[in-house]
Amino acid sequence: MTRPMYRNYALDGPENQRALERKLANAQWYTCPISRKRLKELMQRRDGPAIRDTLIWFGLLALTGTLGYLAWGTWWAVPCFAAYGVLYGSTSDSRWHECGHGTAFKTPWMNEVVYQIASFMVVRAPIPWRWSHARHHTDTIIVGRDPEIAVPRPPNVLMMILNFVHLKSTPTDLGRMLRHCFGRMTAAERDYIPAGEEKTIFWTSRIHIAIYLAVIGWSVAIRSILPLMYVGLPALYGSWLMVVFGLTQHAGLAEDVLDHRLNCRTVHICLANRFLYWNMNYHVEHHMFPSVPYHALPALHEELKADMPPAYPSLWAAYREIIPTVLRQMKDPAYFVRRPIPSHPRPGLEAASAVLSSA
Amino acid sequence: MASEWIRVCAADEIEPDDLRRFDHGDRTFVVYRTAEDEYFATDGLCTHEKVHLADGFVIGNVIECPKHNGCFDFRTGAATRRPAREPLRTWPVKVEEGQVFVQIG
Repeated sequence: MTRPMYRNYALDGPENQRALERKLANAQWYTCPISRKRLKELMQRRDGPAIRDTLIWFGLLALTGTLGYLAWGTWWAVPCFAAYGVLYGSTSDSRWHECGHGTAFKTPWMNEVVYQIASFMVVRAPIPWRWSHARHHTDTIIVGRDPEIAVPRPPNVLMMILNFVHLKSTPTDLGRMLRHCFGRMTAAERDYIPAGEEKTIFWTSRIHIAIYLAVIGWSVAIRSILPLMYVGLPALYGSWLMVVFGLTQHAGLAEDVLDHRLNCRTVHICLANRFLYWNMNYHVEHHMFPSVPYHALPALHEELKADMPPAYPSLWAAYREIIPTVLRQMKDPAYFVRRPIPSHPRPGLEAASAVLSSA
Repeated sequence: MASEWIRVCAADEIEPDDLRRFDHGDRTFVVYRTAEDEYFATDGLCTHEKVHLADGFVIGNVIECPKHNGCFDFRTGAATRRPAREPLRTWPVKVEEGQVFVQIG
């Protein structure tokens, strides 16, 4: 019997150098054929969809928050805060993500404002996470390089379950922010954050921590948990839907490959969930062409699907694969799901960019 | 190396608000055409992670990297959005008799 494979996922561990030696770091990734003309159409930026969605989002937060306040002390407060929590602790993740890419709005400052607000809501230090996510796109699920591998092998199922209320992620992020408050960064952070960003990182974390301390102080002063039900705690009790969506992105799929069709999932979900998740269910398409804004991802999916593995028809279908895979990986960390990719892309389409060469 | 003007392509081969990749020797460049029919040229690789900008998106006078959405003003080369931080090198461009030339040093 062969010994189970245990790998070191740390960015300051030996796998980082190994990925460099295997030319897996900052490598060229496969892209499905699509004409530049069509891709340009899909990359067009608009303010309208994101303004509409942001107004609805903040409107729903205000509505559920107000109802929760009015119902406080009765059982009716439970569904109100359940809804408020999901809008705060889960929906903020997709807004953080899209605005971090700078593609949600056409107007740059709108992306930045929503990015900063959503980063606070989801308890993420905005600058380190911007760099972390850039690395995630450079080296998606490359062991030792990608700081955002959610399910390292063998999976720790207890931590995965606890993380449905973010009892793994939030303490980790708060710990990082506290370190920033004292002017310190981890070795892993220094691997993907360039020098020169420290001052802004430290002061942003100090502001975030100061707000949390103020809300805690308010709760203590009035001897009620109510203020924390609006700010802080929703990042725990409302984060479960973010995890439900997020695990479908990469869990159980291949590591150390240079083809997003093999390490990302595209999952069909209903319109309401697509609003909450801002179309990140089209995850293969997003990783392959990150410049395409969320509102154009369904159209991009139609363009690329002939050269893609079949999309999962539902969240249920995705979890029917993920759950047994994760359980098997506990005993067999080398196991992963092999996605079927078409052997021949559609003919007749030009490459995304033409190259001119001098004589 | 002495500067030389290198022919890239016919001016109308680049659509307004778009770009073309241009390789010369072992170097790669991008030539841009604005909506006002002005032409500019920069190095072809993003200063962040060396991704080909030719696959990127032109938004006004900005080129957005296709991989990480870092942005540069292609008229000056200035990095305008993280993760791009280092400026992009720019190169002189001229259009003569319907042909685009880049002066590469």
